[in-house]
Amino acid sequence: MTRLFGRRKFMVYGSAALGASMLLKACASPSAPTDPAASPAEGSPAASPAASGDTIKVGILHSLSGTMAISEKSVVDSTQLAIDEINTAGGIMGKQIQAIVEDGASDWPTFAEKAKKLIEQDEVVVVFGCWTSASRKAVLPVFEEKNHMLYYPVQYEGQECSKNIFYTGAAPNQQIEPSVDWLLENKGKDFFLVGSDYVFPRTANTIIKAQLAAKGGKTLGEDYLPLGNTEVAPIIAKIKAALPNGGVIYNTLNGDSNVAFFKQMQGAGLTAEKYPTMSVSVAEEEVQAIGKEYLLKQYAAWNYFMTVETPENKKFVDAFKAKFGESRVTNDPMEAGYISVNIWKQAVEKAGGAGTPTDLEKVREAAYGQEFAAPEGPVKMLPNHHISKTVRIGEVRDDGLFEIVYSTPAPVDPIPWNQYVTETKGFSCDWTKTGVDNPGKFKT
Amino acid sequence: MFASILDGIFNGLSIGSILLLAALGLAIVFGLMGVINMAHGELMMLGAYTTVVVQNAFKGIGGPLFELYIFFALIAAFLVAALVGLALERGVIRYLYGRPLETLLATWGVSLILQQFVRSVSWVMVFGLILFSLLFFGGQWLLKRRADFESVQKWIVAALLPLSIGISLAASTFLGQTYKLAVTKPWFGAQNQDVTAPSWLRGGIPIGNFQLPSTRLFIMILTIGCVVGVYWFLNCTKWGLRIRAVTQNRNMSACLGIPTRKVDAITFAIGSGLAGVAGCGLSLLGSVGPNTGQNYIVNTFMVVVVGGVGKLIGTVVGAMAIGIADYVIGTGILGNLTNNPALKEVFAFFATTSMAKVMVFALIILFLQFRPAGLFPQKGRTVDA
Repeated sequence: MTRLFGRRKFMVYGSAALGASMLLKACASPSAPTDPAASPAEGSPAASPAASGDTIKVGILHSLSGTMAISEKSVVDSTQLAIDEINTAGGIMGKQIQAIVEDGASDWPTFAEKAKKLIEQDEVVVVFGCWTSASRKAVLPVFEEKNHMLYYPVQYEGQECSKNIFYTGAAPNQQIEPSVDWLLENKGKDFFLVGSDYVFPRTANTIIKAQLAAKGGKTLGEDYLPLGNTEVAPIIAKIKAALPNGGVIYNTLNGDSNVAFFKQMQGAGLTAEKYPTMSVSVAEEEVQAIGKEYLLKQYAAWNYFMTVETPENKKFVDAFKAKFGESRVTNDPMEAGYISVNIWKQAVEKAGGAGTPTDLEKVREAAYGQEFAAPEGPVKMLPNHHISKTVRIGEVRDDGLFEIVYSTPAPVDPIPWNQYVTETKGFSCDWTKTGVDNPGKFKT
Repeated sequence: MFASILDGIFNGLSIGSILLLAALGLAIVFGLMGVINMAHGELMMLGAYTTVVVQNAFKGIGGPLFELYIFFALIAAFLVAALVGLALERGVIRYLYGRPLETLLATWGVSLILQQFVRSVSWVMVFGLILFSLLFFGGQWLLKRRADFESVQKWIVAALLPLSIGISLAASTFLGQTYKLAVTKPWFGAQNQDVTAPSWLRGGIPIGNFQLPSTRLFIMILTIGCVVGVYWFLNCTKWGLRIRAVTQNRNMSACLGIPTRKVDAITFAIGSGLAGVAGCGLSLLGSVGPNTGQNYIVNTFMVVVVGGVGKLIGTVVGAMAIGIADYVIGTGILGNLTNNPALKEVFAFFATTSMAKVMVFALIILFLQFRPAGLFPQKGRTVDA
């Protein structure tokens, strides 16, 4: 009897809550972008409703919940900062940018679904988003099918060059390869590779092994942790066995495993002096989360650090802190997200519009050769859909930020198809090239 | 040679003790009460976040007291997790006793809510929640004095709910717009939090050319303490006796005057509190973020199932067995013991962390084929099953 009563009560509560929330939602946003009542009057999707008014709609597609929310939330913040800055400066050709944020929920099919929704239902003219390579690979068919446009802001393993994606993070030759060279020169020749068990670390380590073999280094061991695994005792035991007298650890771990790895390294007596560790997924935010005491004197390779000394960076950091709080830090993918919006804006201005499907093609072509004074220094979009970037290596210092110990004298041009890996050696990508079967991957 | 064997034993026991610490609360909640609590990991996460808060508070005080913050954090984590567990039992689980499938789904939902809660909790949100509870539950309490309350309750709820939601939403939106970032900024946000062990827990104790990590030693001691504490509580106290009685035969206990509802609430609160302690201890080794709990939940169920539901000793032995197996397979020590080249290759193949997990799971499945009830099955008549 009591249980039945409980269930009935629950139903009353539940339906009342549902009704109330629907009512509130309807009241709160009478002009909601996805309001179905407003759109049928505007006709078919082909008829450019997106930019017909005073706004240009863009999509932001990142994980706001789930495992990856830790990293992706801050890229959303910096993307929105860039959009706000453009809007306060008068928008693009007098039109305000309206951002529609979708949550990919750290789930790859959800990413594809939301990408479809942004393109078909919201009729955005461009999407900024994705973090993991798995999510990018999930949305890729959607963007290619619709011949749409994605700006992808994270360093990745390369071996991809789609007509419908602009990659504003580093290709391997703009992050991994220079850092391995630097380690070989300054820290030693014996390497142990540690990574998370998915596509980026595995591909990255294939490249590193090929590079070490070519340049006289030695790979003395490698091991992979499943994503989210925090039990690193077996790996630490293996490192000690493989490198009893010290050596270089190359770390491509992602997410929570990094925290466990660095905390337990110190406990096991693997010091930064004896076992210098180069990480490619540890940036300012991660240092804060791991605890700087555990990371002192360890290295990271990126294109951008919060400590880069350029006037553009000072402006970027100040604007970010003013908008999101004094304790926040900026990092490389966030800066790449900021670059994405600005390069796209310049391309739209050059193409002269961003509403119709034909504009989409024009904007893509207008993006080639766009230069932007980014916080990391000058960058340029190349016809292979990647941007030239300065490569930097930073050492964690007392305040949890990075002391830049090395940077390339000039921006490095991106090479999407890796030249150390035999399958892709000799291939190249140039979307302005004519007379080849596939401008995304052809033999030179 | 001696050092490396010692290293192996220590590491295996240490992995086992981490599993045991995480699973201890679940052994009570799942083992004794039969509640499949998918939010167990999130209770650990709350314990870890409590540690962050306590640590930051002690950082403010500074001085030598900071070095001792971990002990205060342990107590605070126990209390916070136990209170949340109590609220969970009173608010959700007690309606679902004896219906494992619904419990599983409901607690999984709770776990998602808790995860998103720590991501987005801010002053405005807390203010809104408190205002809502005051209006909704306070209003009901006031109206309860009416003589015809039972008959109009449905309508009262239907009217109060949208009203209080509306008022608290409007008030928090107003606050958010007036004070902006100062009140809308999330307390923690989606980022991982930094828990730094006090300096006496960093580093390790060197033995020969190898080092015993002190955090792991600390966790082993903590685990032993928790096991002894739980054993003492269950076997030497009045409430422990009642819990065991209710576990063995609920109806009979109720007939004999044991307040079974109260026993349920206390048992669940203690199990949750232990999860909080585990979260605090593990924050020294791993990450503290909204997903922290998810990283442990599968392992904890594994331990309890292998150990045998309802037996503390089973959980202890199960955790140690899994920990040692994980380490021995993952580091490929087995390969050195055999001279058979084919066998050596097999062991080498499983000697990566990912593959070791596969092997351990396969062994567990195999084991459960022969002993479906786990290592130490409960004998005799069981409750509710």
